[in-house]
Amino acid sequence: MKNKIGLPVGVLLILAWCLLPVAWIISLSFKSQTAITNGSPGFFPASGDGAGWQNYADVLANDQFRRAIINSIGISLIATTLSVLIATLAAYAIARLEFRGKKLVLTMALVIAMFPVVSLVGPLFDLWRAVGLYDTWPGLIIPYLSFTLPLAIWTLSAFFREIPWEMEQAAQVDGATSWQAFRRVIVPLAAPGVFTAAILTFFFAWNDFVFGISLTSTEAARPIPASLSFFVGSDPFNRPASLLAAGAVISTIPIVIIILLFQRKIVAGLTSGAVKG
Amino acid sequence: MTIQAERPAHRERPSSGKPVASDRMRAEARLGQRLVAPAIVLMLLVTAFPMLRALYLSLFNYSLTAPDDREFIGLGNYGVALSDPLFWKTTGVTVLYMVVTVGFELVIGFAFAMVMHRVIFARGIIRTSILIPYGIITVVSGFAWQFAFSFQNGFVNNWLPGISENFNWFGETTPAVIAIMVSEIWKTTPFMSLLLLAGLAQVSEDMIEAAKVDGATWTQRLVKVILPNMRAAIMVAVLFRALDAYRIFDNIFVMTAGAVNTESISFLTYRQTIEQFQIGIGSALSVLLFLSVILIAFLIVKIFRVDLADARQEK
Repeated sequence: MKNKIGLPVGVLLILAWCLLPVAWIISLSFKSQTAITNGSPGFFPASGDGAGWQNYADVLANDQFRRAIINSIGISLIATTLSVLIATLAAYAIARLEFRGKKLVLTMALVIAMFPVVSLVGPLFDLWRAVGLYDTWPGLIIPYLSFTLPLAIWTLSAFFREIPWEMEQAAQVDGATSWQAFRRVIVPLAAPGVFTAAILTFFFAWNDFVFGISLTSTEAARPIPASLSFFVGSDPFNRPASLLAAGAVISTIPIVIIILLFQRKIVAGLTSGAVKG
Repeated sequence: MTIQAERPAHRERPSSGKPVASDRMRAEARLGQRLVAPAIVLMLLVTAFPMLRALYLSLFNYSLTAPDDREFIGLGNYGVALSDPLFWKTTGVTVLYMVVTVGFELVIGFAFAMVMHRVIFARGIIRTSILIPYGIITVVSGFAWQFAFSFQNGFVNNWLPGISENFNWFGETTPAVIAIMVSEIWKTTPFMSLLLLAGLAQVSEDMIEAAKVDGATWTQRLVKVILPNMRAAIMVAVLFRALDAYRIFDNIFVMTAGAVNTESISFLTYRQTIEQFQIGIGSALSVLLFLSVILIAFLIVKIFRVDLADARQEK
């Protein structure tokens, strides 16, 4: 049976694929800036090329980058919250109610998810400057909402379709008030879906680059990806790699935390079994 | 025991008054429309309106550096764009990015999905790790790979046999395009593998077992049983990823800034509108980009007969 050894090898390959580049960027962030300027090839810092935490200290001492972290966290969290709220309303309607235009909403969401974002930044750039949204938080939150709603609506309506809504009535028959029925029965069933939608939405907002560079011009609203790309001049071939790597690692920490946290929630939500059988 | 038991229950409408829309049904319809309204408004606000404006502005000779010289030129901008070899070259490069990255992602993603489907240990660790490339910022992935390929500070030249230590990956088109593709493939293969894993989970084990009993080889089981049964999942994954890959922008911006002919159509459009303030021709490019995405979506749906109801998860 080749599967006996094939499987562990496959697992190792997956782990290497996913983690090696991450290990690389972490390793790079510990190379000293002088070593980078002189050229320091190799996966790990050569002896004498290590910088300790100096790059992290330097990056965090940079005002623009600190602002970018605040911008990214604020904008992404607000966009995620609003998007999931609005999508929950829409998804509830799609999953539970009969009304005209249901297909239209789903098709529209599909089309928008495939929309080439870059083709919008020109007109949006123009429009945002006319109405004063250019280089502001709402100026980024609004496009993030538009582009995360499709994803959130699909995810949530798929989840909501699987919820045994009749359990709500069953709880009421058993003497629960409608609020209790909703709170104790429906919310726990819907929560995993909402968490999943929230993660996907947050990742989109956190990852966005096109809107981030096009619709901002100062640290007033510039998010991390844009800030990283503007960090050091425009020459793409001569960058303080280790400093950028430190910034990159910092920007990845929230992602890793969220993956670890929500991973457990999703898994728990799926495995604890909504309906005990 | 899961939730399968009585799923159709909520489908049964109160059957009191059948053909005539009852008050209750009308109220339900109104509530439904009210609940989806905010989502619709928000989705259209940032897409339909700017797109229409791009359509309008594309008919003008208009640049922000000389806003007063704005002049109506009909389809002139489209003529300029479509007769410019640069447009066709970038479109060609973009299609290349799309075809190669999606091809690799499909094969590697499927292999990953097979492993994840079969594996019974370390599932949490695998799922956590596979989410990291998916969650990581594309710009960060671009930087990581740019530095990895750099001959001054990277490790790739040392690790790859047959590559000189001083080889500059970003000096010529082909190696630079490969480096960009590697970053793109690294980041998005996990997403592909998760979509395929979901499809794989729907393939009945009994069928595979039956084929095995009938003496089908591993390859036969794969080609004749597994793949046809997860066709829908594969097609949806390809559709989504292909359209995403066609819009490639972040990696190019970070890794080469469009140098040595690595520019994609998105990057060209961005450069015209945001960097050079050529709103007229930029808008025309925006419209062309939009149309080409629709064309690709249409082709994929038609050629592979993707069921859009599947994509909408209506089943």
